[in-house]
Amino acid sequence: MEAFLLQILNGLDKGSAYALIALGLTLIFGTLGVVNFAHGALFMLGAFVAVTMSRLLQLSHKASEPSGTDFLGNPRYEDVLYVQDIFGAELGQTLVDWAVPVSILVAIPVMLLIGFVMERGLIKHFYKRPHADQILVTFGLAIVIQEVIKYFYGANPIPTPAPDAFRGSFDFGVLLGFDPNTIIYPYWRLVYFFFAAIIIAAVFAFLQFTTFGMVVRAGMADRETVGLLGIDIDRRFTIMFGIAAAVAGLAGVMYTPINPPNYHMGMDFLVLSFVVVVVGGMGSLPGAVLAGFLLGILESFASTTWATTAVPGINQIIIYLVAIAVLLTRPRGLMGRRGVMEE
Amino acid sequence: MTDQTDYTPVAAQLPSRRAARDTILGLTRKDFGLLTVVIALTMLAPFLLNPFPSNSAMAQFNAGYPDLMQRFVIFGIFAIGFNILFGLTGYLSFGHAAFLGVGSYSCVWMFKLLGYNVLPGILLAIVVSGLFALLIGYISLRRSGIYFSILTLAFAQMSFALAYSVLSNPSFNLTNGETGLQVYTNDPQWLQGDGPRAPHIFGLAMRETETLSVGAWNFQFNAGYYLCAVVMIICFYLSVRLFRSPFGMMLRAVKSNQQRLNYTGVNARPYTLAAFVISGMYAGLAGGLLSAMDPLAGAERMQWTASGEVVLMTILGGAGTLIGPVLGAGFIKYFENIFSKINESTLHAWFAFLPDGLEDALVAIVYPFVGKGWHLTLGLLFMLVVIFLPGGLVQGGNKMATIFRRDRKGGGVEDDAAAQRQAGE
Repeated sequence: MEAFLLQILNGLDKGSAYALIALGLTLIFGTLGVVNFAHGALFMLGAFVAVTMSRLLQLSHKASEPSGTDFLGNPRYEDVLYVQDIFGAELGQTLVDWAVPVSILVAIPVMLLIGFVMERGLIKHFYKRPHADQILVTFGLAIVIQEVIKYFYGANPIPTPAPDAFRGSFDFGVLLGFDPNTIIYPYWRLVYFFFAAIIIAAVFAFLQFTTFGMVVRAGMADRETVGLLGIDIDRRFTIMFGIAAAVAGLAGVMYTPINPPNYHMGMDFLVLSFVVVVVGGMGSLPGAVLAGFLLGILESFASTTWATTAVPGINQIIIYLVAIAVLLTRPRGLMGRRGVMEE
Repeated sequence: MTDQTDYTPVAAQLPSRRAARDTILGLTRKDFGLLTVVIALTMLAPFLLNPFPSNSAMAQFNAGYPDLMQRFVIFGIFAIGFNILFGLTGYLSFGHAAFLGVGSYSCVWMFKLLGYNVLPGILLAIVVSGLFALLIGYISLRRSGIYFSILTLAFAQMSFALAYSVLSNPSFNLTNGETGLQVYTNDPQWLQGDGPRAPHIFGLAMRETETLSVGAWNFQFNAGYYLCAVVMIICFYLSVRLFRSPFGMMLRAVKSNQQRLNYTGVNARPYTLAAFVISGMYAGLAGGLLSAMDPLAGAERMQWTASGEVVLMTILGGAGTLIGPVLGAGFIKYFENIFSKINESTLHAWFAFLPDGLEDALVAIVYPFVGKGWHLTLGLLFMLVVIFLPGGLVQGGNKMATIFRRDRKGGGVEDDAAAQRQAGE
């Protein structure tokens, strides 16, 4: 039982990332009908917003220390962070420590902007082209974004730690009445899961309970009619693209402490997220979320020792196997809508 | 892909094929001309790719060394095969590298079991990858569009994971995991006899290279390259025949409107499956040749970035055209091997004639795009091609040719195909 729970928990953080990326992919696909291969790159850009933020916050300048000189008689210097100059020593230090959560505030406008620019500048011209061309051009864009990031940040993973308060692990088992030390779970992964849950809930609430969301849903169901009613549906879809980009970016920001970001992390996630979208059902938002968590948990179960001894390497192929099985038995995916992507 | 209006290109090709009664080797005059050009280019490649004297500053742009020339033609074969699937049927496979990898592994296994003659290895590579493609194609082709792409991607990633870790456990070591499959001295090699201890074809070693020195120029003639080149010419000839055959016409019909094809009572699946298997066999052949040139097969050949590369090659050159994929393959391999070698000091040497400040500025601007950053240039170029030239470099060439030609009628052998891709979408 403990082992079972532990695997579910282990699957949650990866599942959350899959679910967030797949949610954005589905939003874009459902609204604009575009298959976005650059979505993984948006996830990666979000992670690098966090990296940039933590670097910016750690910028420092030399200030002479009042305590005097070193043994050669030269004045001593110490590094003073600019943030400490601005916000005072204590608050500045806290800001540096909390760099990753703080970057969320920066990431939202940045990613929205990137999303708008991408949609208006490139994707817009590909609505009428076949899906193959959309895949190809966004694939090219993903390569370009990756290489630009690689040029500025290098090819190595950049460790970006979580705030001090969330480092270390937490004995989850005791809370549920199991023996101590049976279910140990890192704090940050828990944070990540709740964060993902909040974002997902927010996106659904936005679509379900606001007028804007209602119009967007109507547009997803029948774009033409909504357009005929005199609503500028294109503008709303552009905003949805921005939101999808922001969701991917936020998923990336919060993922940095779990996995040090490098320039090709997006591609690694993208392939799996596409599989997630297809398993969940193209165009179905709940399907994407459900499949994201399911596959994440399934992957973690397949990584247990008894699974890998029974079938060596099962953890590497399980997702693909499931995807193939689902596509062949339920071609529309778990919760796919009728009429989406059916030729 | 469900385009209702455009079916003229397919129909328009019918009379042109019928009209050309006078054929050479089963090809029309134009196609035969194209084949001759390809033969001339591949056979004279050691000269053409070595235009700069070997001691000059431009010598680093010489691509006429055996290793790279082999890659040109091998990836040419790979791209020709991919084009048979994507260019004709419009099914975008994102997992073709799996067949390349399977071909490589089968070839090395033949080296290990039978001996270093490359012929059995290459034949087995074609057969095994064909069977593998039959299996994957049978499943994947039940879906079309984006689902097909994802399915092939999933299969390829699965094959990569299988080759990388699952099938390299001590009890059943088929792929030798991270190290890569290679020939060891204690392998059986039943038919080896006392032939050369390196890949050879009936005694002629693949690495055998004759060097011809003319003044400051060194031209290298490599046995392995010429083997690959001959194979590529055969592959090219077969693909031309396939493009012009009724079967090729059916594949084009699948691309332009599968629904209409279904309504007329034609089952498209056997045709697409045949195209998939043929292109898988081409990929396997390319993989086998890669192993024949260098008897070491690694799992990274199957990774999905490798599948992406062949997509890049085909699109860049011109999907659906005959010569496009070969051009694209050559272009990308040239970039990968030559362009990536340009470093900062080379750039400084080039721009040395400029004033210092300007030189540094220019180097700073150019540097991110060359050397290690060549992928960036490739990505940008690829995007530009997809956006502005859906027919690839071939279409670009045709456009240029039409501008400079007086009659402005076009009429090059590749026009129809390139135009079809653009119009058809």
